[in-house]
Order: sequence, then C-alpha cells, then structure tokens
Amino acid sequence: MFSVPLWLCGGFWGMLKIGQSHYDALRQHGEDTYPHECCGVLLGQMDGDARIVTSVARCGNTRSDSPHNRYNIDPRELIRIQREGRERGEDIVGFYHSHPDHPPRWSPTDLAEAHWIGCSYVITSVEKGKAAVTNSFELVGSEENDKKLVEEEIKVT
Amino acid sequence: MTKIHIPTPLRQYAGKQATIEIKAGTIGDALSGLISKHPDLRRHLYTDEGKLRAFVNVYLNDEDVRYLQKEATAVKDSDTISIVPSIAGGAAGLTIS
Ligand SMILES: [Zn+2]
Repeated sequence: MFSVPLWLCGGFWGMLKIGQSHYDALRQHGEDTYPHECCGVLLGQMDGDARIVTSVARCGNTRSDSPHNRYNIDPRELIRIQREGRERGEDIVGFYHSHPDHPPRWSPTDLAEAHWIGCSYVITSVEKGKAAVTNSFELVGSEENDKKLVEEEIKVT
Repeated sequence: MTKIHIPTPLRQYAGKQATIEIKAGTIGDALSGLISKHPDLRRHLYTDEGKLRAFVNVYLNDEDVRYLQKEATAVKDSDTISIVPSIAGGAAGLTIS
C-alpha cells in the first residue's frame, strides 16, 4: 500500500519549537534532581498547532512522598509563574518532567493527571543520572473523557 | 470588578479571553457569573453532579478557596481569581523496558 511520509504533512501534527538553551535547561533539570523527578513550566505562544517556547520555569516537586516516580506542581507556584509570564506577554504552553531510570514515554499516571488540553507535556528519561531521550506529547481531545497524549515533533532552534 | 484568569486550555470556551471581569460578592457568584457569560465552560469546571472537578483548583489571589470558605469566600473588586487545573503525573505505572 502507498503511504504518505509523515514529513509531507508538516504542520498537520503538533509541534514544539524550543531554543537550544531552554531545551538544554529542562534536560539539565532532570539531572539536577535525579533520582527524583523534576518538573517545570514552558511559556511562550500558541501558534496554530505549534507551541513556541520563549522561557522555561523550574518548579519544585511537591510529591515528597514518592518523588522518584511522581511529580506535582504547587498551584501557588504556577500562579506566580503565570503572572510573571503574563507581564512578559507569555502564556503557559506546556510542562516538562523527568523519568529517572524509566523510558521517555507517557505513563498511565501521566495521562490520568494531564488536564491542560492543547498543551505540550515534555518527558526526559534520565538514565543513571544522565539525561537521555526527550520526547514531547500534546494533550489532545475536547474533554476529560476523550483526551489523549499524542507524540509531537520537537524542533530545537 | 473582580478579575478571573482563565487557563490556556479553557480560553477557547471563554471567547478566547485570558482574563474576564465579573461583578461578584463571593467566589460562588464569580463562578456562576462566569458560566452564565460562557456556558461552554460549565462541563469543563463541574461534574455532571454539579461539583467542582477535583483537578480544578480555584485560587483567590494566592489562597486555595478550599482552605478559605470555598464558594462562600468573599471577594473584593481588587481581588484576582485564578482557575488552575492541576499539573501532576510521573513514571509510576510505567514498565521498565
Ligand atoms: Zn511521566
């Protein structure tokens, strides 16, 4: 059967555009908190199906009961980051976290606890303390019942 | 007027606005005023039983209204309400390949 290569459909699927220094910073964060999960917020602009990251904010992981495989961002910290972003003309476009010694795929927990439809969820695997693979997934759907995490291209600029 | 900040995913149901101003005396008034202006927001904020969804955090300035007087919490014109869906997850449940 004839199939169309994915790259011919560029722009159809979601994409995360992020500068090299921001990309390096979110991967570095996963090394800094290893063997615990790191987490943070991506700010910038929504541009159709693409999310353009213009700044990255580190957050604390409030899941001190299980920090090696769970993360949670304090809403109070998020409100502050959202306010600071607003003053710079930025919106929240996504989040990132790490998977210490686990694959860079979304887990059932990640999907169940993802609620920001239209935003990117970036996951970096950290193997023995070194950032390995970074993937990004867009949370798509129209509501909680039909939401899905769909892999998207990361374009590092 | 009290300002309500709408999170990015819900703006499409709120006329694409990031901030909406509502005249309200309490958090409950503000949320019902918001929903009467933008009825599509209802199912994203409330369950079918009419309870605020567990993952939807409502903050009055920097305080979670669950730890104030919930929907009865008084609001002033100078206050800011933020609706923030929770951000959580983790590798739990993922098999190591
Ligand atoms: Zn995860």
